Amino acid sequence: MQVEFVVNGKQAVWEVPPDEFLADTLRKHGLLSIRKGCNTSCCGLCTVWIDGKPTLSCSVLSFRVQGKFVMTIEGVSEEAAEFARILVAEGADQCGFCSPGFVMTVLALKRELVSPTDDEIVHYLTGNLCRCTGYLGQMRAVKTYLGVTQR
Amino acid sequence: MRANKEDNKSYWKTESIGGDCMFTVGRLAQPDTIEEAYRILMEERDAAILGGCAFLRMGSRKIGTAIDLTHLDLKAVREHEDWMEIGAMTTLRMIETDPAINNRFDGLLAEAVKPVIGVQFRSIVTVGATVFSKYGFSDLIPALLALETEVELAHGGRMALETFLNRPFEKDILVRLWIRKDERRAACRSFRNSASDFPILTVAVSLLAGQGRIVIGARPSKAEIALKASRELSNLDANCPRIEEIASIAADEMSFGTNMRGSAEYRRELCKVLVKQAVAEVAACK
Amino acid sequence: MKLVGKGIPKIDGMAIATGKPVYTEDLVMANALVVKILRSPHAFARITSIDVEKAAALEGVECVLTYRDVPQQRFTLAGQSYPEPSPYDRLILDLVVRYVGDEVAIVAAVDEKTALAALDLIKVEYEVFPPVLDFETAIGHSSVVHPEDDVHCNFDIGMVKDRNIVSTQKWEVGDIEKELSECDVVVEGTFYTQANAQCMMETQRAFNYLDHLGRLVVVSSTQVPFHARRMLARALELPTSKIRVIKPRIGGGFGSKQTSCVEIFTAAVTLKTGKPAILVYDREETFTCTTSRHAMRLKVTLGADKEGVIRAVDIQGLSDTGAYGEHASTVFMVTGEKTLPLYNKTKAVRFMGNVVYTNKPAAGAYRGYGATQGTFALESAVNMLAEKMSMDPAELRLKNIAREGEPFLGYKGGTLESSALNRCIEKGREMIGWKFKYPKQISAANKVRGVGMAVTMQGSGIANIDTASAEVRLNDNGDFSLLIGSTDMGTGSDTILAQMAAEVLEVSMNQIIVHAADTDVSPFDPGSYASSTTYVTGMAVVRAAEDLKQQILAEGAKFLQSTEEEVEFNGHTVRVTGTDKMIGLKKLAQQLVVGPEKRQLVGNATYGSPISPPPFIAGFAEVEVDKETGKVELLDFVAVVDCGTVINPHLARIQVEGGLVQGIGMALYEDVRYDNKGKLLSNSFMQYKIPCRKDIGTVRVAFKESFEPTGPFGAKSVGEVVINTPAAAIAAAVYHAVGVRITQLPITPEKVFISLTACNTHRAQGPRPLRSGINRL
Repeated sequence: MQVEFVVNGKQAVWEVPPDEFLADTLRKHGLLSIRKGCNTSCCGLCTVWIDGKPTLSCSVLSFRVQGKFVMTIEGVSEEAAEFARILVAEGADQCGFCSPGFVMTVLALKRELVSPTDDEIVHYLTGNLCRCTGYLGQMRAVKTYLGVTQR
Repeated sequence: MRANKEDNKSYWKTESIGGDCMFTVGRLAQPDTIEEAYRILMEERDAAILGGCAFLRMGSRKIGTAIDLTHLDLKAVREHEDWMEIGAMTTLRMIETDPAINNRFDGLLAEAVKPVIGVQFRSIVTVGATVFSKYGFSDLIPALLALETEVELAHGGRMALETFLNRPFEKDILVRLWIRKDERRAACRSFRNSASDFPILTVAVSLLAGQGRIVIGARPSKAEIALKASRELSNLDANCPRIEEIASIAADEMSFGTNMRGSAEYRRELCKVLVKQAVAEVAACK
Repeated sequence: MKLVGKGIPKIDGMAIATGKPVYTEDLVMANALVVKILRSPHAFARITSIDVEKAAALEGVECVLTYRDVPQQRFTLAGQSYPEPSPYDRLILDLVVRYVGDEVAIVAAVDEKTALAALDLIKVEYEVFPPVLDFETAIGHSSVVHPEDDVHCNFDIGMVKDRNIVSTQKWEVGDIEKELSECDVVVEGTFYTQANAQCMMETQRAFNYLDHLGRLVVVSSTQVPFHARRMLARALELPTSKIRVIKPRIGGGFGSKQTSCVEIFTAAVTLKTGKPAILVYDREETFTCTTSRHAMRLKVTLGADKEGVIRAVDIQGLSDTGAYGEHASTVFMVTGEKTLPLYNKTKAVRFMGNVVYTNKPAAGAYRGYGATQGTFALESAVNMLAEKMSMDPAELRLKNIAREGEPFLGYKGGTLESSALNRCIEKGREMIGWKFKYPKQISAANKVRGVGMAVTMQGSGIANIDTASAEVRLNDNGDFSLLIGSTDMGTGSDTILAQMAAEVLEVSMNQIIVHAADTDVSPFDPGSYASSTTYVTGMAVVRAAEDLKQQILAEGAKFLQSTEEEVEFNGHTVRVTGTDKMIGLKKLAQQLVVGPEKRQLVGNATYGSPISPPPFIAGFAEVEVDKETGKVELLDFVAVVDCGTVINPHLARIQVEGGLVQGIGMALYEDVRYDNKGKLLSNSFMQYKIPCRKDIGTVRVAFKESFEPTGPFGAKSVGEVVINTPAAAIAAAVYHAVGVRITQLPITPEKVFISLTACNTHRAQGPRPLRSGINRL
């Protein structure tokens, strides 16, 4: 079936099977930043924005983005690079496999939360697992990026 | 070595909750009315309603006709004079952030769903699928059960959530939840080891003008009202000396089970602690 | 120094942080066949019939392979230098299946959906045997996990196959029984650790194809390309020269990718069909069908004199290697090797025990590699000794640890040349506030806080075995190519090796082109494991760069008609000292490569060390225990690290933080469970809980540098040691808080609660467990 939507700012009309999930569809169309890290919708690696909200693309059936705006890290490359520079300066870009999903969630956090506390930042990012960094370097980078002081 | 021929179990992980995507759909239906959706569900082979699909994705179900409710305007929270209306496709994340919901019941529903995995997971899981599946581990159901909540089924009509939870399974479509807008105070507690894990036990408590409700969930089976303890809570006086006793009554009247997360005995002990804490909060005791 | 010691950003950082397609799955060609594996539902069985006709006939299926279709030469999947200490007990596909999940058939099809549908069409009948599930009853069990007679050991590791023993070890210095009997104080404890999973975010995957020379080219998410090449050659019965293994960017490993798994299957498909093939393990396969940590039971007996000097340490162990023996003997050896030398006032030490086969998923390499398990046991026992002697645990360590300049058991009595462990302990206890917090404080009505500590050591590379080569080439443009075989899995090793080369050559990072991990091009490297890359590969890089620098000086001198002694090189020019006679590097390079000099300069070196200098960590935990529920909240963890010279402080700090959090997961959250038929139940992130952000309180890291004379710029290693301290430190903190000593990881609330309530009636040492993790439901 056909799904008509906007992906990374461009109009798209894609042919998708009814049981295909968005993560697979996006990868098939060359958006290789999307990764699947688990089978159980737990890891957050596949996070994209649907209508601006961070969502697990591994668990959204592709036909359901009909009429919606889908954004991957490829579509917000400048903003992503700005945060990535801070992350890399911190050394917290380790294996990088969790990075795109993590960065998308961070950028969404910046848009959704106003002057968040540490707890609010952690709460928003909890669904993004990382095994390399222990989360602390990522937190330092996020706070630098948000310009928030230690609270 | 014992010789014991066994038939092929073909795919070694079909029985597990994890597994590669073997979930398949034959055809997709997107009806424009709930009646049409119900008709397809009842008449077509291997028909199923699509909720958030997070759990569907983890299994290997072969669906003949998948019924998508996107056209039915059920992804919404609406406030009426006496009731909050929550469409079945409303996500847990919407529950968490909706101001109308969070201004009531001491923010109970938001508190209840906050621990569930992560924001992007909660943006997928729907209220309808959660409630209809009657998941024991659900963080949301105990909180709903502590309020005056009704479910609206396409065929079965409106009924109290408690009634729905205790009914045997019947094919139907959960269309909406209705929550009465009253001034009840509420609190919830859950216990888990890792912060984003399934709960080992959940508790939700509410109190309104002498009517108390104590709900225990993740026992590991589904949430139930602790009736005796709830009656005791209703008789609670302002001095709050009997909270521990109420908690004991709740723990004694419920049945608990053992699973990977914890033993029945431990759940019973946790029940006492969590009920005590939740009741103290609701009754505004020290 | 200009670059070493600086927090240089990773050279691949921006690409990986912005989601560029630089990982294995991103590089595969579009028409590659998708490979899926049919797996055994039984823990121990023999295939009596297998019918693949329907599956093979399915449209889109290109091949279906069973045990009849693959070579019959046993091999090991362990990534170790040849001759591997691991038994050759694997076949690509075997007639016998030895754990729930063991491979039964290989399917390759045009897409994933078809491959999965084909799996369902394969009909298999099994003769099922009673499985060996409990490692404590494996020895002499009526079921023999490896009954076949063609298991091969390269050398004697003490295998007694018919009794399910993979390895028997005993290492004794002095007379342990005598010394223990003469000790004033003796403590004894038995400790259990689990088969924890590495859980790197990128699962195992590989693809391969036949190139224009008919060679098999493998692109794999591996830590060990050279070992993988050798292993594939043996498994497929091909010459090594016909195989090329390339490692692109990979998403973590932690030892999981030091044991190959997928490459044999994709290779078998490509050799059969001539077509490219890819196999991506899903998370469940990664949990179940790749190797995890060896679960162990370790009995520690410690004896001290009345001054608190530890005089005797005895560790008796039993290790569960699961269905196959990768890393079985070596992990077990490290358990004693990287713990006993910590305390050098001992008069006798002993490490002994067995590694056994069971019909459970195989164990292999996971960060720490036995030292993690050993540290939990030994340090818990040392903490018990401190309590029994009413000594401060930190003081007890300071009294007993081997110090810099002292004889060191790890060097067979040679001198320990670099250690700042004493300074680490002192700094750590200051940072955590030990003076005020030890042993406990009541914090609220039902809550108590406690502090605990542990120390640890590891190694840097494997002495006399790990050997790495490096090349640095001067290119025609005046930049340099650094050729290495080590495998950056996110750690940033490519970056720090470039830092080292650039430091020696006095050039900028931009002038160094790093090329790594392609067996056709790279100089030999064992791969990144055993904490070898900074120390062993690093030293090779330093020497290769120095070699090249000498050549630059020599050639520059020739050009300037001077002598080597009279010229100097500053990264830009070769100049006759004190004069204006000079030649720029770029010009010199052109002269050499394309000009009249006709000599492209290459510096190379091979390095292997006769010692494995240990990094050290002192770890301190502060917990708050809720007495009503048993919940342990980790408030603060402090680790002070001696890894020698810190080459890149940002990357080193992240290594420590990441390793600590893995250790915290092992201590508190990660619980391995099987059902009573041997199926792994904790096989997803939903069931096996690695720490999430909310599970970590404060974690603070500091470094105390020592200088290791045999290491590049004085460096040792940091990659593994970082995971070792949390379990024992947290267990001790819990004990100090509420008097409950958990000896079986993880420290769950229920275990603490049960012990607390038991304590109220009588002294208990911990709950009766599901030691083997098997649910008795």
